[in-house]
Amino acid sequence: MTVDPGAETGVSPEPVPTGGRARWRSLLTPRLRRVDVAVAVLLAALGFAAVVQVRSTQVEGPLATARQEDLVQILDDLTNRDERLQAEIGSLEQARREITSGSGRSEAALAEARRRTQLLGVLAGTVPARGPGLMLTISDPRGEIGQDALPDVLLNALEELRAAGAEAVQLEGPVAPGEQPAPGQARVRVVASTSFLRDDRGGVLVDGQLLKAPFRFLVVGEPTTLATSLVIPGGVVDDVEARGGETTVERSGDVLVGALRPLEEPRYARPAA
Amino acid sequence: MIPAVALVLGVVLGLALEPTVPAALQPYLPIAVVAALDAVFGAIRAQLDGIFDDRVFVVSFVSNVLVAALVVFLGDQLGVGGQLSTGVVVVLGIRIFSNAAAIRRRVFHA
Repeated sequence: MTVDPGAETGVSPEPVPTGGRARWRSLLTPRLRRVDVAVAVLLAALGFAAVVQVRSTQVEGPLATARQEDLVQILDDLTNRDERLQAEIGSLEQARREITSGSGRSEAALAEARRRTQLLGVLAGTVPARGPGLMLTISDPRGEIGQDALPDVLLNALEELRAAGAEAVQLEGPVAPGEQPAPGQARVRVVASTSFLRDDRGGVLVDGQLLKAPFRFLVVGEPTTLATSLVIPGGVVDDVEARGGETTVERSGDVLVGALRPLEEPRYARPAA
Repeated sequence: MIPAVALVLGVVLGLALEPTVPAALQPYLPIAVVAALDAVFGAIRAQLDGIFDDRVFVVSFVSNVLVAALVVFLGDQLGVGGQLSTGVVVVLGIRIFSNAAAIRRRVFHA
């Protein structure tokens, strides 16, 4: 870089600057006149002001330098937004309340449906039942009742029990005395559709299952009423003994009717309601 | 050279002193800075064109800043300060862009 000697010594007259390089050089050559000082002061002020403005915008945030009507506008917007959001909160809370109470209702309905399923299951024989009741044993040790009369005897006994308020009934056979429960295959849950058929193999066909004497009814119901209904004159006990069989009636505070039957879907009947 | 040094000196001073802008000046300072930038770009362009004049620069700088501030002040008084300051910024921005384009053509010949 060549420094123009004229500016320092003042001896040789400075050549007139021409062209781009000379103009740049004239920028770099120190000259101090009043107007130069003014230019410098102005540019310093510009730099100062720009930095101050940038800093104030960064530090205080855009709201600090906003003008009044802008602030009012922003405040209005915020107020409107607040109102909208409050309305939304209200409607959402309303929806939440509705959903909550609705689920409460459906839960109650579900619980009620479960309860009804259990109750109906006792009637239909699809769930086990237990409670106070009695055990009625009908045996034919000498074979005097005969296989022709056995279904009648059992049906009489069952109807007597039903009339006395039996709520769940299970028929077993053959059973050893005092044995509870009976072996798995030799027991049938007695429901509304239960049938008793004579069978040539020396027993009774109960709902397609062969049961043999001695038979035992497990009954859940009011024990005293049930027992009384069995021992009335001309009742089940009299009837069996008149035919040559033997009966024992044993009340119990806790009878377990554990035999189940599968739930059969009706083929034709549909709920009408 | 001196102007560049002065500019840097101003920046350093602003960083060092960390002054807060007085509330009365807050609406005008950004506009004034943009107006001054316009004057500076015009000066650079004139320098490259070889028609730069110190006095013209000083006068145009000061008058730019004052006129811009005056316009914003008037706008504030009339209730249209926001719109007028936007307008001033737009006009000055256009001028800065055209000056920058001229400078680019001179420097890069493109």
